[in-house]
Amino acid sequence: MLNAISVIIIPFIVGTILLYGWLKGEDIYSLFIEGAKEGLKTSIKIMPYLIAIFIAVGIFRASGAMNMMQTLFEPVNKILKIPEGILPLIIIRPISGSGALGAVKDVLEHWGPDSFQGRVASIMMGSTETIFYTISVYFGSIGVKDYRYTLKAALISYAVSIFSSILIAGIFFR
Amino acid sequence: MINTIWFLLIFLGIIYSLFSGNLQEINNAILKEAEAGVLFSINLIGIMSFWLGVMNIAEKSGILKKISRLFKIPIKMLFPGVPDNHPAQRWIIMNLISNMFGIGNGATAFGLKAMKELNSLNQNKKRASNAMCMFLVINMSSVQLVPLTVIKMRMDLGSKNPMEIIAPAFLATSVSLIVGIITVKLLEVKYRC
Repeated sequence: MLNAISVIIIPFIVGTILLYGWLKGEDIYSLFIEGAKEGLKTSIKIMPYLIAIFIAVGIFRASGAMNMMQTLFEPVNKILKIPEGILPLIIIRPISGSGALGAVKDVLEHWGPDSFQGRVASIMMGSTETIFYTISVYFGSIGVKDYRYTLKAALISYAVSIFSSILIAGIFFR
Repeated sequence: MINTIWFLLIFLGIIYSLFSGNLQEINNAILKEAEAGVLFSINLIGIMSFWLGVMNIAEKSGILKKISRLFKIPIKMLFPGVPDNHPAQRWIIMNLISNMFGIGNGATAFGLKAMKELNSLNQNKKRASNAMCMFLVINMSSVQLVPLTVIKMRMDLGSKNPMEIIAPAFLATSVSLIVGIITVKLLEVKYRC
């Protein structure tokens, strides 16, 4: 059922838009080309920001500093009652999307997908976003240098989503 | 702040590997990740062009305007600085809808477009406007109805009920979204120019 919906959604949107444009007598082919021209420009424009982020996260991970950070945070982890095994995901989620997926996979493999940890990790992955990537790419694409309070607000919202994930998992599954 | 985080990630990485003796890993990471950044944006060109092309049809034919009207009240409340019927409203809505349905690449294309339109309303082009901060925080609270990648992963690893996380994830997202919006509204006052 769910799979069917996810398969149908993109063709449905595209089909509806094309049909509507066609019925309105628009020159849909030329409109498509006109819009598509922007794709190249935008993608190239965000390239330097992607390279900057990828390299920084790559160095941090490859050096082993990421693992060290987890050890450092272990006591904090205990105080805040964060379930065992979730910390790597919490650290990597804001900086790397693919890294976070890897972290979720580790949790699911190690504790099992139907364990409390597995559920918490799945919920977290589904309710958070790669903050640093989004902020730098979105602002970078339009040349805004001063982000003001965006990062602060995003981090607060991220912290809330971590704790609400754990709490809600507790309510649903215990 | 991004400045500091970027510096710390690289600097701590280099210092740490100096002590642990895997400096070679740093060299490999630089080469590999620089290439990954290029490939990522090159790979984006095709799908981004596709979505921007399709959405240009939606914009010019007027269907986008019709859809936007449905969300007029919440959009006006969240983005009081954006005038009615401004294209920024429509791109914001499209970005949020694609996020909801998990069309990641489409969401990026529309999101970047929304930022461009928001900047056309911005007085100081180098400084984020209130509307931009609000948009990004909402965007990052990532209201995705069905987190497919995770569900797929759970299924592959033999979960008895891979989809049981949908409702809790939606709830968790909603909580963080509401807190995010309130935080932005509070900081907006504090950071007034």
